[in-house]
Amino acid sequence: MAATATAASVPAVALEGVGRAYGERVALRDVSFTLPPGATVAVLGANGAGKTTLLRILAGLLRPHAGRASVLGAELPREAWRARGRIGLLGHEPMLYRDLTVRENLRFHARLHGVPAARAEALTEQVGLAARADDPVRTLSRGMTQRAAICRAVLHSPELLLLDEPLANLDPGGALAVAPLIGRTAGPARVLISHAAEAGLAEADWVLGLRGGRQAIWAPAAQLRLADVRGLYA
Amino acid sequence: MTGTVAALIRKDLQLERRAFESVPAMLMFSISIFVLFHFGLDRGALAGDLAAGVLWVTLLLAAVLGMNRLFVAERDQGGFDGFLMAPVDRTALFVAKVIVLFSFLVAVELVAVPAFVVLLLDPSPGQAMPELLAVLVLADAGIAVVGTLIGALGVQTRARDLIIPLIALPLLVPVVIAAAEATAPLLAAQGAEPFPARWLAVLALYDAVFGLLAYAVFDFLLEE
Amino acid sequence: MTFGRGLRALSIASAVLIPGAFALVFFYAPNDADQGFVQKIFYLHVPMAIVTLCGFVAGGVYGIKHLRSGDRAHDLRSYVAIHMSLILGVGVLATGSIWARASWGHWWVWDEPTLVSFLIVFLLYACYQPLRFSIEDPERQARYASVFAILAGAFVPLNFLAVRMAESLSHPRVLSTTGGAMPGDMRITFLVALVGMACLFVTLCKYELASKAASMQLRALKRRLAGDDGLVPLNRSAAPQQL
Repeated sequence: MAATATAASVPAVALEGVGRAYGERVALRDVSFTLPPGATVAVLGANGAGKTTLLRILAGLLRPHAGRASVLGAELPREAWRARGRIGLLGHEPMLYRDLTVRENLRFHARLHGVPAARAEALTEQVGLAARADDPVRTLSRGMTQRAAICRAVLHSPELLLLDEPLANLDPGGALAVAPLIGRTAGPARVLISHAAEAGLAEADWVLGLRGGRQAIWAPAAQLRLADVRGLYA
Repeated sequence: MTGTVAALIRKDLQLERRAFESVPAMLMFSISIFVLFHFGLDRGALAGDLAAGVLWVTLLLAAVLGMNRLFVAERDQGGFDGFLMAPVDRTALFVAKVIVLFSFLVAVELVAVPAFVVLLLDPSPGQAMPELLAVLVLADAGIAVVGTLIGALGVQTRARDLIIPLIALPLLVPVVIAAAEATAPLLAAQGAEPFPARWLAVLALYDAVFGLLAYAVFDFLLEE
Repeated sequence: MTFGRGLRALSIASAVLIPGAFALVFFYAPNDADQGFVQKIFYLHVPMAIVTLCGFVAGGVYGIKHLRSGDRAHDLRSYVAIHMSLILGVGVLATGSIWARASWGHWWVWDEPTLVSFLIVFLLYACYQPLRFSIEDPERQARYASVFAILAGAFVPLNFLAVRMAESLSHPRVLSTTGGAMPGDMRITFLVALVGMACLFVTLCKYELASKAASMQLRALKRRLAGDDGLVPLNRSAAPQQL
């Protein structure tokens, strides 16, 4: 291992034999892959295959029960604090307080991450929420809420984006507006859960297929066709 | 750390002002209990240890309402996750929530204690005010510390509205004992009697022990 | 997992000490001047109370060990200690009540600070199993239970102090014996009873630990043979079910 490893050569994600169980139910078993910085991996699989569990482990919210996991060069769970603040998570929930306004929510997250409020304002404008910025989140439509959640996820300019169905509920205008923030050209490495397998394949450099918690597919997206991944959903 | 605590407090106070979930409920509940005590005890005026007991039991029950709601927004709206992923000291959440619960208690007492004086108290506690304030502050600190910890413990369980009072109330018995014993002479029928300062020492000891313990143990409640 | 170390020696010790203590109580210890024969329940009530409180504090100590090391064996020990103490605690309250009734004619006396403190502690620990049961994820259940055990363990001395201070000035102790130093024969009987009760407690705890460890190992073996799908899933439980 070269002593002069540069930041560019540290993989965004490196998993080796990672497993996680909930009591006796094994949610993930023996997952191993390496994601280079700036690359995108599409995580495909049926419901209950372990995709969300994987995402939460990468976010540092769940501790792996087996194997070794490192995110942005920090070994989980021992060094999880090193990666905190450099990862952006967009999960099922928007992670916004429903009774606070968009602006108040984003300012709160900005303060937590030590980011200037101006960035929150700029993002709000960019995704087209400027008109609704002072409305409580509970009054927004699902698409608007999703846009606000995306702002929250990228507010601190993370190096790794963990996205669970990022385009769900977004109209074409919204999808266009958020593309520079979370799309392929945005910059950070991305772990992307998508149920639309075709779109997932198109977006990604790599594909990770999970079935029953086990790793069924790990291959460059260019080498896979739709038929290859159908088996995951059988 | 102070920046994080400030941001968290600010967010909670914004939420409270917007949604009005805790303080008005705690206040209305206190006043209702005062009325209930009036009818239950069939007395119009209380003094001494009876008055102290009614006051502190009421404040404690109102505090339970506050404890129940303290972490609900975090739990139901993904607030824990958002906080856990931020590059901040995790104990800041504990400190912030203790300060928030303490300020809710103070806000409630600003109205509830005068209401108690008007509705149920026989003598006027005028000259005993400074001592009364000291007891209120120390007892509120203990309730805030234990309430925050048990609130965090209970919010992740299924029967959270039951578990929290069931665990917190026995834990707060020493606070009730000390606060009531300290307050009783201040509300005596013949005018305020000399003040037993050792109960303040008990309260301070309780606050210190549980404060330190809670500070040490809180992080373990946040992991998944 | 060797939880059953020394089990035989302890069982024999308990089997000797408990009947021995009873024999001493009935044949050796003198009758109390004020309360008569009834006072002898003291030899059952007080050792039980002391052992129960030590069990609760031990539960807290194992809770600390669990949080520091993450080793769920400590959580199992903590659970068994608290659970066993809770059972003994029922006995303490029952014997205390009988004693109060026989001496003073009331089933409960608020004037006895240790009994009152004990009631509060008991009410607190009665929440331990419902708390565990209400958390499904076993890891989280163990961690939260340890937090509770630590808090409650620290609470025990504080509570006794507060209640003692509240009662001591206004009322004399009701359920005390000879108000001070115990004469030699009472002291010996008391010590034997105390040591016997402690032995019994530790023996019962070890039995429960060994039994639980055995069922966990059995289940692990079954899993290896049958695979994950071959097993009936475990029901929710307050007790730790796997390490």
